[in-house]
Amino acid sequence: MDMLPFDVNTLTALCWALFVIPFACAFTLINFGRKLPRGGDWLATAGIASCAVIAITLFFKVIVGFGAPEWAWSSAAYGLSWDWISLESLQLPVGFYLDNLSVIMLTMVTIVATCIFFFSQGYMHGDRDYPRFFAYLSYFCFAMLGLVVVDNLLFLFIFWELVGVGSYLLIGFYYDQEEPPKASLKAFMVNRVGDVLFLLGIIIAWQLVGTLNYTEMFAVLESGAFADRTGWALAGWDTQTLLTLSGILIFCGAISKSAQVPLHTWLPDAMAGPTPVSALIHAATMVAAGVFMVGRMYPYFTPDALLFITGIGALTALIGATMGLVMWDIKKVLAYSTMSQLGYMMLGLGVGGYVAGLFHLITHAFFKACLFLGSGSVIHSVHSQDMRDMGALKNKMPWTYRTFLVATLALAGVPCFAGYYSKDQIVANALSWGLSHGVAYYVPFVFAVVGAFMTTFYMFRLVFLTFHGTPGDQHKYEHAHESPAVMVLPLVVLAIFGIGAGGTIHPLAEHGNLWFNRLVPEPASAAVAGLEHVGADTSVHGESYETYLEHFEHNLHVAHYPALIVSILAIVLGILLARRMYLTKATDPAAVARKFGPLYGIVCNKYHFDDMYGRKGVVGGLMFMNRAFAWFDKNVVDGIVNFMGLAQRFIAFVTGLFDKYVIDGLVNFWRFFVRALSSILRLVQTGNVRDYLTWTLLGVLILAITLA
Amino acid sequence: MPDETVLAQASVAGSLESYLFVSALLFLLGVASILVRRSAFYILMGIELILNAANLNFVAFARFGGHGIDGQMFALFVIVLAAAEAAIALAIMVRIFHDFGSVDITRTDSLRD
Repeated sequence: MDMLPFDVNTLTALCWALFVIPFACAFTLINFGRKLPRGGDWLATAGIASCAVIAITLFFKVIVGFGAPEWAWSSAAYGLSWDWISLESLQLPVGFYLDNLSVIMLTMVTIVATCIFFFSQGYMHGDRDYPRFFAYLSYFCFAMLGLVVVDNLLFLFIFWELVGVGSYLLIGFYYDQEEPPKASLKAFMVNRVGDVLFLLGIIIAWQLVGTLNYTEMFAVLESGAFADRTGWALAGWDTQTLLTLSGILIFCGAISKSAQVPLHTWLPDAMAGPTPVSALIHAATMVAAGVFMVGRMYPYFTPDALLFITGIGALTALIGATMGLVMWDIKKVLAYSTMSQLGYMMLGLGVGGYVAGLFHLITHAFFKACLFLGSGSVIHSVHSQDMRDMGALKNKMPWTYRTFLVATLALAGVPCFAGYYSKDQIVANALSWGLSHGVAYYVPFVFAVVGAFMTTFYMFRLVFLTFHGTPGDQHKYEHAHESPAVMVLPLVVLAIFGIGAGGTIHPLAEHGNLWFNRLVPEPASAAVAGLEHVGADTSVHGESYETYLEHFEHNLHVAHYPALIVSILAIVLGILLARRMYLTKATDPAAVARKFGPLYGIVCNKYHFDDMYGRKGVVGGLMFMNRAFAWFDKNVVDGIVNFMGLAQRFIAFVTGLFDKYVIDGLVNFWRFFVRALSSILRLVQTGNVRDYLTWTLLGVLILAITLA
Repeated sequence: MPDETVLAQASVAGSLESYLFVSALLFLLGVASILVRRSAFYILMGIELILNAANLNFVAFARFGGHGIDGQMFALFVIVLAAAEAAIALAIMVRIFHDFGSVDITRTDSLRD
């Protein structure tokens, strides 16, 4: 316990504060926002800034306060985990879990969020729903910070859904326009697909290891003490398959949340939301939550599941980058860029570059937020999102230009900038993966390098089209102006992080010496350990997994410089090509597009993913299915019901006849019979006393005669 | 007590048949009164006559049949019963008069319905 930077109670209070403060701000603004001066933006900003202070304090305490690579607490002994659901057969405790990764994540989220809150004060100035915007932003921060600090998969899922709601609310913020409500609905629906699979994965995980607490899960897994799987075994599933399956299903949650192929289609549409939202949610934090989750669950993934993650990541990295090449909407380019970069992170995690993937998550968040805010600044100034309306803006908006350029260089992975250190690590890991596995496994590396080339190309295309050359729209150019300080300062802060987040500017720094690599060590694969315990085959190409890891480590050192050289070549090539096509105009982009012909068309149509899901694709199929089911319902099910109704009516008619004529007939017969009989007997009952007396005497007389 | 029995038999005047004859006469008079008269009073009196005819039979049979004083005891009970009956019958008649305005029994036929 000496290792903790604060005593346990303080830590608990800080964890609570981290997400209760934004929630309280959101609550206040929703209810009283319009009554507060300035719409209460100061309250929301102060709230998130105080969270940033807490996170930064934690961060520095982590680094300065102790040398142990990990400090975690969640057991009841510290009182930081408490029962949420406690039944005899079901124990679901909930608590906080902080290690270096989550503290770094908290710091990143709160710093980026604080910058974006300040930026929004300028960007959203004068908006009709100004307080509501800040309320939603605060709400989102609450959910996002909660997602980071919880200690189990179930609560991660709950906060996962809550950030989804925040995303939905903010994409559809301009509810009176046509696009945003549709886009928000789309984002929500597409995420449902992944989330359902995620939940399935959680359920299988729960069945398999019997707990959802991260630490406990990995401990159980490592010891091979799998929970009772009788039912699964009967169904013919072995542990390895189940573990891989649940890992892939859990990753499916990240596919939708982190806009991986094929569930990425919502992210470009989500750009219909206000630009600060795109920066905060759809670039820096929420979409990165999928990567964070995969990082959190990393020891749980079997090598097969990681292979799946690699494949999806590599595809996403390449497909996202190609779509970024052809877009004219400045935000769409950035959206596809984000998608591509998230693919890089997944690729990095998948090939075994745990540190590289997560490091890229952190650095990317800063410079992509900066890029989005920069684009917001431009949009704010020229009132257009089409790059053909822009051009030569560097004269009008010098600070936006400078920060944007820095972030672009960082995203491209130019040496000395933050993105360089993380992206280069991913490429190196991908190459090492290829070296360790064999020829066919170079694909992710190739995709990563081609993606890096394209990234550089489309980013410089964007920069040249927007800030260089000649104005596309003279009128808009003349009215363009630099944004106010409240918008420019966050850009500067984020740009500084775009340089500094790598922790060094030495271009040849050893990866192992980077701050992130030192603070976030790669966890051992609990899945492999567990599988070895139950006797499953975990060998890779005939070698044991441990040997494979040694090879991988060795190859990583071999791969460092080749990967670096190839990346830099790709970057230089990308910049030169962009310069040739969009700055010096030596090559006509339209001619290039024609040369690629049908391929260009496919990319422009976003690989027909939307068509695939649309009325002629999945949605159409579902609607056809619905109609078929409706027909079945109407004609078969209703037919059966109606037939039963008719049959019942017939039976009732027959029994009715029986009732009417047989039962009622009997009753009536008895009535008539009794009446007939009584009409005879009544004759005696005259009511006249004398008659009765006469009868009495007559009776006595008869008695006397017969007895005599 | 043979002596007393002999004594009782000895002091009897007339024969059993004469008693039975008077009794039958009383009975017939009672029956005739019941059947013929319309007034409830006469019917009541006819019943009293029938009761007294029965009493006479009891006493006569007791005297001549050698059964001790059983018959006399019965007669006493019948007299008491007749008194009680007369009391009730008179009370009924008061009610009948109150409801129907007379004690004519041919008019009291509302029980028929």
